[in-house]
Amino acid sequence: MRQGKYPFVIGFLAVPVTLYTVFVVSPYLQAFWLSMTEWRGIGAPRWIGFGNFERLLSDEVFWKAVRHHGVLLLALPLITIAIALFFAFMLNVGGGSRGGQRVGVRGSGFYRVVFFFPQVLAVAIIAVLFQMVYRPDESGLINGILVKLGLEPVFFLINPNLALWSIIAVLVWQAVGFYVVLFSAGMASIPTEIYEAAELDGASRVTMFFRVTIPLLWDTLQVAWVYLGIAAFDAFAIVAVLSVDSGGPDGATTVLAMEIYRNAFVYSRYGYASAMGVALFFLTITFAALTLRVSRRESVEY
Amino acid sequence: MGPQMTTTTKTRRAPAGRTGAEAPARDAGRARRTRSEVRVLAGLGHVALAVWAVMVIAPILWTFLASFKNTTEIFSSPWTMPAELRWENWSRAWNEARVGRYFINSVIVVGFGVAGTMLFGSMAAYVLARYRFVGNRFFYFLFVSGLAFPVFLALVPLFKVVENLHLLNTHTGVVLVYIAYSLPFTVFFLAAFFKTLPTSVAEAGMIDGCSHTRLFFQVMLPMARPGLISVGIFNVIGQWSQYQLPLVLLAGDKDKWVLTQGIADISVSAGYEADWAGLFAALSMAILPMIVVYAIFQRQIQSGLTAGAVK
Repeated sequence: MRQGKYPFVIGFLAVPVTLYTVFVVSPYLQAFWLSMTEWRGIGAPRWIGFGNFERLLSDEVFWKAVRHHGVLLLALPLITIAIALFFAFMLNVGGGSRGGQRVGVRGSGFYRVVFFFPQVLAVAIIAVLFQMVYRPDESGLINGILVKLGLEPVFFLINPNLALWSIIAVLVWQAVGFYVVLFSAGMASIPTEIYEAAELDGASRVTMFFRVTIPLLWDTLQVAWVYLGIAAFDAFAIVAVLSVDSGGPDGATTVLAMEIYRNAFVYSRYGYASAMGVALFFLTITFAALTLRVSRRESVEY
Repeated sequence: MGPQMTTTTKTRRAPAGRTGAEAPARDAGRARRTRSEVRVLAGLGHVALAVWAVMVIAPILWTFLASFKNTTEIFSSPWTMPAELRWENWSRAWNEARVGRYFINSVIVVGFGVAGTMLFGSMAAYVLARYRFVGNRFFYFLFVSGLAFPVFLALVPLFKVVENLHLLNTHTGVVLVYIAYSLPFTVFFLAAFFKTLPTSVAEAGMIDGCSHTRLFFQVMLPMARPGLISVGIFNVIGQWSQYQLPLVLLAGDKDKWVLTQGIADISVSAGYEADWAGLFAALSMAILPMIVVYAIFQRQIQSGLTAGAVK
């Protein structure tokens, strides 16, 4: 049995490790080095130490993008998780108990299927779809209705105060269904006896939701928060396709990924774009570490 | 259990200083309150659920309707029906706007990408999960650490790597990059799955003189089917939705573009050419197959996509 183990192991690992090293590991390592250089894509990169990072600190667009990540980081998880939790509760225990079994409201199956569907669509496709939905004249779905009702059209993507929120709304629209399904799986594993006991003790639905469901779902909520937080640090496809001028109007919706893309492939500032990439990396890592730290609390055994 | 519980509740209530006469009245009141509270909550919940369902369905339905309208109808009101089914919008999108070509490109790239990911991902996951050798932990963590890095950090050097290999603007390049970037999750997920499989079957196979390679393909892979399906679905959806990688790696050759970047491009040019009906038709073509696939594999897709989070 021991015979021929190493040739086999090497044979099986050779292709995946090579692909992974060439296309993933080496670019990541190069990115850290490139971030210390000035490079326009031709000739050899010129070493400038922390020059790019110093420039980043005084780059207004960079800080705008970071601020937008801050907004996304708070709004996207909060809104998505709140809506998804409410829906998941309705779909799983909202219908009261029937025959000793807690059931969801009528049509639960239908809602779950419909809500989840946007998750299957590509973000770029959804962005094009909402470009049509948000159109500023009566050819847009929402403004078509508003104008028919005799109201003023709303400039969702053109108004700089509204643009980022219009984009967050689309991200929430896509994400809710996924988290409804995720939370449903978590809720299904909470034993019915706990709800029964709470009910006999006279707990209302609202109390049950906050005192039973949420504590027992804590681990899943934490996972959801990390996932949505990581999504908040990306948001490239939606901003690139949906927003005016890719990140506009006037930088009102730009994100780091957008600026990395722009600096690298429009302005050919490869070193500077890499420095932004490094900044993005440290922001993501800090967020993940902080979340896991702060939200760690004794999980309830059941 | 029921009566016992009631007794405990009663005893617990006693210190509150309630007399026997009061208690039933209070209980009845509470029951009434609970019931009305349930009705209000359920009512609100029902409305919220229905509203959300409409919010999901309406834009998609509206897109399909608009794909048969002419420009006048599109600008009249969102809920007017098209006067006739104008399939010419669809054929214009499919041929002139080249949705057909983008669609086929997507199928090719995702087909080879997922096949390669599953093959190499399961091979790596299998040896890392079931064989002890020098460097095992190192390679495992090398793969899994890929989960922590944002793709945008690697974008510039990746572009140069692909360029230096003369794979820029080729489907081969995109497929290889898709495989490489799908490996971290695939290896992480499948390694955990292979670890749960019983060792007895593998041992029996070994005693029967089965080679390591045959054991993997004929015994272990079939046993790992549920895990392979979950991660396969995850990869199909993920690679089908890719936007930034093809945008960077295929920028120079419009004939190679995949569906996501093609549709995004049509939406930009639709503004200049004022062919809104064509754009709606193109968008419908991108959404329709997903509805069909979702309708058939709805359960598998839901469990496949959430599998990563549940772990």
